[in-house]
Amino acid sequence: MKVQSAMFYFPEEVIEHIFSFLTHHPDRNTVSTVCKAWYKIERLSRREVFVGNCYAIRPDRAAARFPGLRSLTLKGKPHFADFDLVPPDWGGLAGPWIEAMARSCPNLEELRMKRMVVSDESLELLVHAFPNFKALVLVSCEGFSTDGLAAVARSCKSLRELDLQENEIEDRGPRWLNSFPDMCTSLVSLNFACLKGEVNLKSLERLVCRSPNLKCLRLNRAVPVETLAKIMNQCPNLEDLGTGSLLADQFSEAYVSLISALQKCKKLRCLSGFWDASPLCLLAVYPICANLTGLNLSYAPTVQGQDFINLIQHCVKLLRLWVLDSVGDKGLAVVASACKELQELRVFPSDLFAAGPATVTEEGLVAISTGCPKLNSLLYFCHSMTNSALITVSKNCPNFTRFRLCILEPRKPDPATNEPLDEGFGAVVKTCKNLRRFSISGLLTDQVFYYIGKYAKALEMLSIAFAGDTDQGMTYVLNGCKNLRKLEIRDCPFGDGALLADVTKYETMRSLWMSSCDISLRGCKALATKMPSLNVEIINEWEAEMEENLNNGVAEVISNNNNKHINNGNDERKVEKLYVYRTVGGPRTDAPDFVWTL
Amino acid sequence: MEGKSSYGGNMEYLKATELKLGPPGTDILQEATSGVSTRPKKRAVTGPTEQHTKSKVQVVGWPPVRPQRMNSFRARRNETVDESGGVYVKVSMDGAPYLRNIDLKILHGYKELRTILEGMFKCSSLGGAEGYDEEGYAITYEDKDGDLMLVGDVPWEMFVSSCKRLRIMKGSEARGLS
Repeated sequence: MKVQSAMFYFPEEVIEHIFSFLTHHPDRNTVSTVCKAWYKIERLSRREVFVGNCYAIRPDRAAARFPGLRSLTLKGKPHFADFDLVPPDWGGLAGPWIEAMARSCPNLEELRMKRMVVSDESLELLVHAFPNFKALVLVSCEGFSTDGLAAVARSCKSLRELDLQENEIEDRGPRWLNSFPDMCTSLVSLNFACLKGEVNLKSLERLVCRSPNLKCLRLNRAVPVETLAKIMNQCPNLEDLGTGSLLADQFSEAYVSLISALQKCKKLRCLSGFWDASPLCLLAVYPICANLTGLNLSYAPTVQGQDFINLIQHCVKLLRLWVLDSVGDKGLAVVASACKELQELRVFPSDLFAAGPATVTEEGLVAISTGCPKLNSLLYFCHSMTNSALITVSKNCPNFTRFRLCILEPRKPDPATNEPLDEGFGAVVKTCKNLRRFSISGLLTDQVFYYIGKYAKALEMLSIAFAGDTDQGMTYVLNGCKNLRKLEIRDCPFGDGALLADVTKYETMRSLWMSSCDISLRGCKALATKMPSLNVEIINEWEAEMEENLNNGVAEVISNNNNKHINNGNDERKVEKLYVYRTVGGPRTDAPDFVWTL
Repeated sequence: MEGKSSYGGNMEYLKATELKLGPPGTDILQEATSGVSTRPKKRAVTGPTEQHTKSKVQVVGWPPVRPQRMNSFRARRNETVDESGGVYVKVSMDGAPYLRNIDLKILHGYKELRTILEGMFKCSSLGGAEGYDEEGYAITYEDKDGDLMLVGDVPWEMFVSSCKRLRIMKGSEARGLS
């Protein structure tokens, strides 16, 4: 009682000022639940909202609650959509969100979206509805074309950031670059590396000339060395550069120009691109390597062997390195000796179909862990791994927050002992107390899940494939990992028993994905019945359904009426793909035919 | 391979030459896919070699690499144009233990292609222009986008510029393409 009356003496402005020090979203969510007054103050003063699952809440409701919103982050499709496991037209539409924001949140300045479907029309609406719009970041999105980009360029007067990462963009020609206003732009960051088509080089050069604030520029493969050199001469203050195609003849004018231009860029910290890089062009990069903190060579299969070693040995301040496995254990050994500050390493596979010798092995990983004790984030594709290597790695690097190991062949055991990799991965969770993200592979039994459930208390996201023996495996994880937010499972023998082991757990998580497991329709229905606050969605491909109906002699027309299919008798049917998520928005209204909400 | 009289049904050679992920000689992937995909809801696959067909099909979404990266690998893998300007493409045939290489630039059309391939692989019949007979084969190719196409649909020049590799498929498997 005393506390409550004391609070009445504080004017709202003071409370709002106090809240402005709370930047962490969970904290703001918490204060909003204290009382009605705080809820109101918090919602009116909220400037940033993060929606991890766009179907967890209706767009209208989110927009209405936070009218002062300036920055919105949205995520759509489940993570496994990156690997073609989610059919096209599944959903994740940005349109309803942009429309809702247009109605209720006129001050929107930033929109970040991941795995969503955005149309050109939505982009048009975006730039016309929000006069202060400044930053658009699209990651792994699709549904739009270069016409949409033209609309953004043309109409967004104070655009600072246009960041396109790994999107599927329909190429309707290079004219979008002409669409930026003729006077000076306020561009700070421009990334169009994922565009597949041609680019109007003259327009690009002119754009760079009239963008004095440019700090980050990532070009696509269509930009040649000649243009890069001209651009670099215009932007000596560039901090982040994604090159275009780095193919250059011996000592051409372009090459000489590039060398002198690069040498002037004293502030350059981050490099990427390197398409078709010739060894000659790499020489041009050496003078700036000593200051680099980020280097992405993962699209540069030509940079390997001695070329890679010559380059990387200069990069003594490197924090983040992305490479292909063609650099080999030898290349990784040089990284280990040169890059003592390394925090994040990603090693991607360079040739998925070659039956050639493995290019990185457990030795490379062990060398890295020995030389780079500050390593906290790892993504490593390899052909095999041993328990002893993993145990050594975790001893050397106890600070992992993200650990993803992908052994290319499913269910492959430790080649030295022929045993499963339970002990190796178990060592990682035992030693790395701050582990938040974990992906495991190779031959794994329920034992590894026992370890994960027991030790991985900080774990938030777990990805499992081709692992486990019985329902007990998944149950260990659900029972043990208190902070689990996302669980994605494919091709594991987990059935209804595991699915229903702890149904209230799913309310504490963002989502669960299970595909090619052993769950049945009956189990999924049971889950849906017990937990009305979850959306339990089943993805079933259309052709298979039609085929089954024809085989059964049932000549009914496939319609969007879910009940007909769900209740036509056989609940023992195995469910191919299941996606479960908590929501306050009720069942999806935009679900396509092949998504059934139970 | 010269001297081999039949290509159909020799299981050892089938296993040795089938497309799969991972080093040759490993059968674990075969088990992985065939063990999982015996559900009635799966798209029906015709033909007597269903088991092998399934194991030849790559596991969807594995390894977990984004399509943009996959495509850049393919592009690199197939950039094998030699200095003289010839367009060499690899030719594989189901059941054959090793592949061949042919220069498409020196050929003048589909008929010549068919003749050359018949000579290389000494098969009894590579089918007519419209397709193939029961025992015969279909000639397919992988184009720039990574799609598997039936040879003969597009003008010859277009075919030469977009063909990245050739594959001679057994008739039963190739039926789905027509």
